[in-house]
Amino acid sequence: MENKKIRVALAGNPNVGKTTLFNAITGSRQHVGNWPGVTVEKKSGMRIYKGYEIEIIDLPGTYSLTAYSMDEIVARDFIIEEKPDIVIQIVDASNLERNLYLTTQLMELETEMIIALNMCDLALERGDKLYLDKMEEILAAPVVRTVASKDIGINELLDKVIEEKNNEQYHGHEIGYGDEIEAMILEIEKILTEDPELADRYPLRWMSIRLLEGDANVHDKVSRSLISKEIDNLLDSIDQEEYEADIADKRYVAINAIFPQLCTRCDVKLSKSDMIDRVLTNKYLGIPIFLALMWGAFELTFAFATPFMDMIEMAFTWLASNVAGSLQPEWLASLIGDGIIGGVGAVLTFVPNIFILFFLLSLLEGSGYLSRAAFIMDRLMYKIGMHGKSFIPMLMGFGCNVPAIMATRSIEDEKDRLITILVVPFVSCGARLPIYVLFAGTFFGRQAGTVVFMMYVLGIAVAVISAKFLRSTVVRGRPSPFIMEMPPYRVPTLKTSLVHMWDNGAMYIRKAGTIILFGVVVIWLLASFPWGIEYGSEGSYVGMIGHFFEPVMEPLGFDWKVTVSLIFGFVAKEIVVASMGVLYGVGDNQEALTQNLIADPAITALSSLSLMVFSLLYMPCIATLGVIKKETGSWKWTLFALMYGIIVAWIIAFIVYQGGKLLGY
Amino acid sequence: MSEITLDTLMPGDLARITKVRVKGPARRKLFDMGMVAGSEVELIRKAPLGDPLEFRIKGYNLSIRKDEAKQIFVHLIE
Repeated sequence: MENKKIRVALAGNPNVGKTTLFNAITGSRQHVGNWPGVTVEKKSGMRIYKGYEIEIIDLPGTYSLTAYSMDEIVARDFIIEEKPDIVIQIVDASNLERNLYLTTQLMELETEMIIALNMCDLALERGDKLYLDKMEEILAAPVVRTVASKDIGINELLDKVIEEKNNEQYHGHEIGYGDEIEAMILEIEKILTEDPELADRYPLRWMSIRLLEGDANVHDKVSRSLISKEIDNLLDSIDQEEYEADIADKRYVAINAIFPQLCTRCDVKLSKSDMIDRVLTNKYLGIPIFLALMWGAFELTFAFATPFMDMIEMAFTWLASNVAGSLQPEWLASLIGDGIIGGVGAVLTFVPNIFILFFLLSLLEGSGYLSRAAFIMDRLMYKIGMHGKSFIPMLMGFGCNVPAIMATRSIEDEKDRLITILVVPFVSCGARLPIYVLFAGTFFGRQAGTVVFMMYVLGIAVAVISAKFLRSTVVRGRPSPFIMEMPPYRVPTLKTSLVHMWDNGAMYIRKAGTIILFGVVVIWLLASFPWGIEYGSEGSYVGMIGHFFEPVMEPLGFDWKVTVSLIFGFVAKEIVVASMGVLYGVGDNQEALTQNLIADPAITALSSLSLMVFSLLYMPCIATLGVIKKETGSWKWTLFALMYGIIVAWIIAFIVYQGGKLLGY
Repeated sequence: MSEITLDTLMPGDLARITKVRVKGPARRKLFDMGMVAGSEVELIRKAPLGDPLEFRIKGYNLSIRKDEAKQIFVHLIE
């Protein structure tokens, strides 16, 4: 029996319609996860076609394979280590010149390649003439025209995949780098062949070129070999920076030579995109329009989601009380009611938010506006040690930190992304507002509004200072350079946005959900035991922990009751208010709670201010920690986020409380 | 013909790159994106706050910060 499985990798520049093509080939049969060890998204899908089982692996979109970013390393490692049967490069027909740069690099990986010339309709509409026969001849690879957004050319592409698979003969074409560089390449190749293991595993010419270009990642692969010394001696003798420039230059020279034979086009006039940008990135209109769009996105994500979130919450409250009423013994009812159903509810409450956010982000990205947003905000963000792309996630943080941290996925640079993830929790989310409202309303009377506003300002200030602080300590280095394509505006495809929304929503439930559920159950256990006490009361473990930490919290003006409600706030910050109600024995009665707070000599206006500051900063809630773990893939950074928040909160609340006392309040 | 740096262009100016003096990883990224000696670049616009700058190069639009643009040398093309 002939082997009927084919593994195909999709490669290509960002913004060339790769995701759309992937969706068009695989339909809904796809799997989303991460590449092992890194946070880069990995998508794969299956398609049965003419009796073949075709597995499609969507590589990260890259402009090059030079190991500049994790995306590029992931993409090329997959091709050289996993050796897929065929690599399809998706090429934007309306932007052939730059797309061919990646083609020249893929050719060096000596893999069977097919070129999908996508968005042909746009290029032809513009008046470009494309010579496919010539392209096949010069690039030594089959070329198929596709318009992925309209499902055009998909079957022809799959036919070619099968044809190439059955065609054993490899034909390749490589570009020449001129006598001097070619001589160096030969010399390195000669040394490399002395290590048969290396020579078997990797394309020699490719390795030699990469070494000449000073590729640290390839150098690592060689450094374990016996020949590494010989290689290093050779590389030390040349000016690598010069070689790097020369090689890139020669690639473009080669492209310049072939490009006019593949495509003749009319002069690029002011395109529609440029016209749109004259308004959207206008010196005076750019920022107001951006803010208006962001306000719209924010409203949609949070206001639109609120009724759904309320419905989910109501459904789970109903479920919890009904189950609790019908179950015996009481502890089991409480475990299932308060613990598990409450926990699942906590996970699912965020789902409407996350679905809407990812749908909108995908629209913004697909339309091309996301790049403009970064372009507009970069100056401001760069000043505080961040990248323009960090702005949207930080803004989303005002609604809820959970989707905000998930939105950092559009930031490619690992350090930029990590910093954003670590400072987002200081942005005051919607769940913290009830705490401010209760305490500012109770103790600050007519100044309540100002106090609440100051909390928001403090959150932003701490986020900005933290970004600067982290840049000079644990996440050293400058923000990554802003070198970004401004892709032409396009109408985003609904299907791509819906798939994107579904994938990310499902991933949140799977990955972050388990951590959140676990945390909620732990809190339930602490509040319910030892055996026989009232839930969350002074005698419970939570109460004991509250008492235990009282000496530490006392300088901030907190007694054990406040400490306990802060521990409950770990589940979700709005619970601080509810648990105060329980501890004062007044339940949901807001008015009685206000009376009790005023009557309690342990709580003053000053300590309530300190409490608001502490609640704002002290730690990401459990759902946020869940996504931090998921997005950083590291317990170390999750723990760091937790401890950093507590320490910062303690210090600032200490300053507020003790400073206030010194001033005589 | 005098050599100037890329950040001094005005919108609409067309220039040819003579030398890229950017160091570090940005250097390679710029090469990958077509910012190599010999390429033609046109400044399309500045961001509303004055930085970054958007250029047209190799038939597409690329934006980079002034920090990098200052280290790219060009000749103006009339």
